[in-house]
Amino acid sequence: MALAVKSEGRDAIKRRALLSRTLFLVPGLTYITAFMLIPLGFIIAYTFLTRGTYGGIEFIFTFENYTRALDSLYIGVLIKSIFIAAAATVLAFLIGFPVAYAITKLPTNRQNIMLVLIVLPFWTNFLIRTYAWIVLLNTQGFINKGLINMGVISQPLELLYKPSAIVLGLLYAYIPLMILPIYSALVRIDPAMKEAAINLGATPAQAFRQVTLPLALPGVLVGAIFVFVPSVGNFIVPELLGGGKTVMVGNLIRDQFLKARDWPFGSVLALSMVFMLLVLFFVQARVNRRVLGDARA
Amino acid sequence: MLVHNKLGWLRLPLYGVLVFLYLPISVLIFMSFNASDAPFTWTGFSTKWYAVLFDSPDILEGFKNTLIVAVITTIISIVLGTLLAIGLARYQKSSSLEAIALTPAIFPDLALAIGLLALFTSLHLTLGLHSVVISHALFCMAFVTAIVRGRLAQIDSSLEEAAQDLGDTAIGTFFRVTLPSIKPAIIAGGLLAFTLSLDEFVIAFFTNGPSSPTLPIVIYSMVRFGVSPEINALATVVLLISALIVTIAQRNVKVQDQI
Amino acid sequence: MRISRTAVVATAVAGLLLGLSACSSSDSGATKLDPNADLSLQTLTVSNWAAYYPEDLAAKFEEKFGTKVTITNHATNEEIMAKLTAGGDSGIDVAFVSGQFAQALAAQGLIENLDKSLIPNEANLVPEAAQLSYDMGNKYSMPYSWGTTGICYRADLMKGNEPTSWNDLLMPKPQYKGKVTMLATERWLMLPAQKSLGYSINTQDEAEMGKVKDLLIKAKSNLLAYDDTTFYERLVSGEAVMVEAWDGWCNYGIAKNKNIKFVVPKEGSDLWADTMVVLKTSKNKEAAHAFINHILDKDVHSWVIDNILYKVPNVPAMEKSLPALVGDFPNMGITPAELLKGEGIVDLGKASALYTRIATEVTAK
Repeated sequence: MALAVKSEGRDAIKRRALLSRTLFLVPGLTYITAFMLIPLGFIIAYTFLTRGTYGGIEFIFTFENYTRALDSLYIGVLIKSIFIAAAATVLAFLIGFPVAYAITKLPTNRQNIMLVLIVLPFWTNFLIRTYAWIVLLNTQGFINKGLINMGVISQPLELLYKPSAIVLGLLYAYIPLMILPIYSALVRIDPAMKEAAINLGATPAQAFRQVTLPLALPGVLVGAIFVFVPSVGNFIVPELLGGGKTVMVGNLIRDQFLKARDWPFGSVLALSMVFMLLVLFFVQARVNRRVLGDARA
Repeated sequence: MLVHNKLGWLRLPLYGVLVFLYLPISVLIFMSFNASDAPFTWTGFSTKWYAVLFDSPDILEGFKNTLIVAVITTIISIVLGTLLAIGLARYQKSSSLEAIALTPAIFPDLALAIGLLALFTSLHLTLGLHSVVISHALFCMAFVTAIVRGRLAQIDSSLEEAAQDLGDTAIGTFFRVTLPSIKPAIIAGGLLAFTLSLDEFVIAFFTNGPSSPTLPIVIYSMVRFGVSPEINALATVVLLISALIVTIAQRNVKVQDQI
Repeated sequence: MRISRTAVVATAVAGLLLGLSACSSSDSGATKLDPNADLSLQTLTVSNWAAYYPEDLAAKFEEKFGTKVTITNHATNEEIMAKLTAGGDSGIDVAFVSGQFAQALAAQGLIENLDKSLIPNEANLVPEAAQLSYDMGNKYSMPYSWGTTGICYRADLMKGNEPTSWNDLLMPKPQYKGKVTMLATERWLMLPAQKSLGYSINTQDEAEMGKVKDLLIKAKSNLLAYDDTTFYERLVSGEAVMVEAWDGWCNYGIAKNKNIKFVVPKEGSDLWADTMVVLKTSKNKEAAHAFINHILDKDVHSWVIDNILYKVPNVPAMEKSLPALVGDFPNMGITPAELLKGEGIVDLGKASALYTRIATEVTAK
């Protein structure tokens, strides 16, 4: 009797599972399809169309937007953007990793407070936070005035309106996004693994290099994506802290859509950012598989 | 002391980062009490800018619009994101679906903004707060999905299977077993969604209509004239409120469990 | 897994097809306006630059006519143009745009000719206002303010070296290097170089623009920053000594620091005008016209002058406001005849792509 009930139950469960699968997955996936995939389709479509005289789209198929994007002017902007974003990302890692590691060493209740403190600046407006750096760094600003008053320098330092100021601004904006994923990865590492390594004769440094670091790597990569992608497309920081003298791909795209009203060409540039994201995604997935595979071994 | 002794040299980056993060914010708060509106010179203490702030219709209007968008966005994100996370965790384990579900979180916001604008204009949809909500809900949902999904991965599904074996329906299991166990993750996800929508500028800039600007948009048009002290006052006020909310929230939700 | 990948591709293709089949902007016939329309039944959405109008302009208009007015802000011409040309109804009834952009809007059929019978205050305008090259006779736009572009500088920090030529800005003396800003918006970015080289500010000649580009790239190394909005604050703080500025905006700096002066360089400059236009898609055209007419009223326009410190081509309004202001703000006293010596900015049509490209090349170097 018990057996008969069980097999009937299993079929019903299978049917219910199918229904549930639909119930749970369909709303979210439909939403993403409608509002991310279809807009992406639009962008791709636009890259093959022609700009009207005053902006707008004309349905004339062309590859011209792509060939134009290969011009050294735009490639130069793209490369510069990648460099600046990469600099910010690397700095975020160099500073963020020790910070995340330090947090894991705190007593548990202190960890909470520290994480909150790191995230809290996000609650002030991004524009205002960036602008505050202008107040700090410009030749008449607080840092220069302070240094001059203390006699350390006689002429104000030109700290703003150059690429290094942009890197600083991007670092400031996104470093919490590097710290949190690394922390999350570090905290999930089973301490037993490190103990095992040390029991097998590894020094703390070796244990760190061969156990902790690789296991933290997925978190590092997530953090890298979270810092790099918004950095490369940012147009506010180059505008405010770069003085408009450094053009990054975000400014270029924004200008194509707002100033030049060249939607097709702007779409090509936007697509290049999506492409960069895909590349990073792929790299991250690859590394994840390898690292987690090794760790399990 | 906040910091444990065994941190050693790690105290340097830790403290350093906190100083780095809070230096500009301190400047903001400091200058919000500046007596004049000179951007770099302290001319004396005054709270008048806070009075000006509460008297600025533009800023208050922007704040109201932003709150409306953030609240509705959070609700939509929580519902869709939680459902999706459960679906991915329990019913269809597929790494490519998971990737798709999480992509909106890292999709370049500028590309997303113009794609959405293209979609909306071709549908002849009048732009307004609703188009901003739709856009914000997209990437906020992905964050909720990520957090809830992460939590579900840690939870043993045997409880739910037991419930189902005992004859409970999927929906019943959902409400009686699953939901309570992921409640903290949902709250954390909701808070994150709210935060992200609150300060989001780029997507709102492109998808909003002309007559109902959100606060970041209002600030953008004002910041281009240099930051006026009432904006500093605003930033200070928002920071205080957020600190309050987060302090209360973190008593109920352990932040580190949700990341 | 295979299913989901196919689904992804399918939806992207769907989006592609949707994008390709998207319909173009809506049409609308010219509407006959009713002079006796009840304005309290209409609402107005107006888009203007922030801080470019008296704060209670909307409230006063609502008081007088009963129409609910919302004034929204745009930071640049390009921003509002993007909204207006995106297709469909932008929701804006009256837009404030610079003259050359009004010209572009008219060429795209997005604005209608104004019904002058509803704008009797046009009679207040100076005769020169009908000779603005972007819209001769003000058929589809009404001028709100006008002026010229020049060099705004700290006379006390440049004693004996006060600028007289655009070259003083482009190639400043060594002690002023790094303390100079230029306007970033395309047409005004090109202006100093164009005038310095003796070209027209509306030139479409590629060879000439090539030389303009080279000069601007050379000038870039002397710049503090490109700045459209905070340049006068930099003069006030001393961060900069010389900036390219519109005459009205220089007055904001002068208001804060009496040592600031404005000069139109000897090579000449432009004549720009900010105008008011009515969108074809507006459903409140009578209220829109009433709004424009209201602005051109001598007292309202005078109130505008007092607030924004710009010149307006309104005879009785200038008569009312000028005496009190011209002492502190000399450039308010530039006469219409003098203004018309400046070269009017017109829309470039297809050639604007050339200017955008050069602007990118200059700023990206």
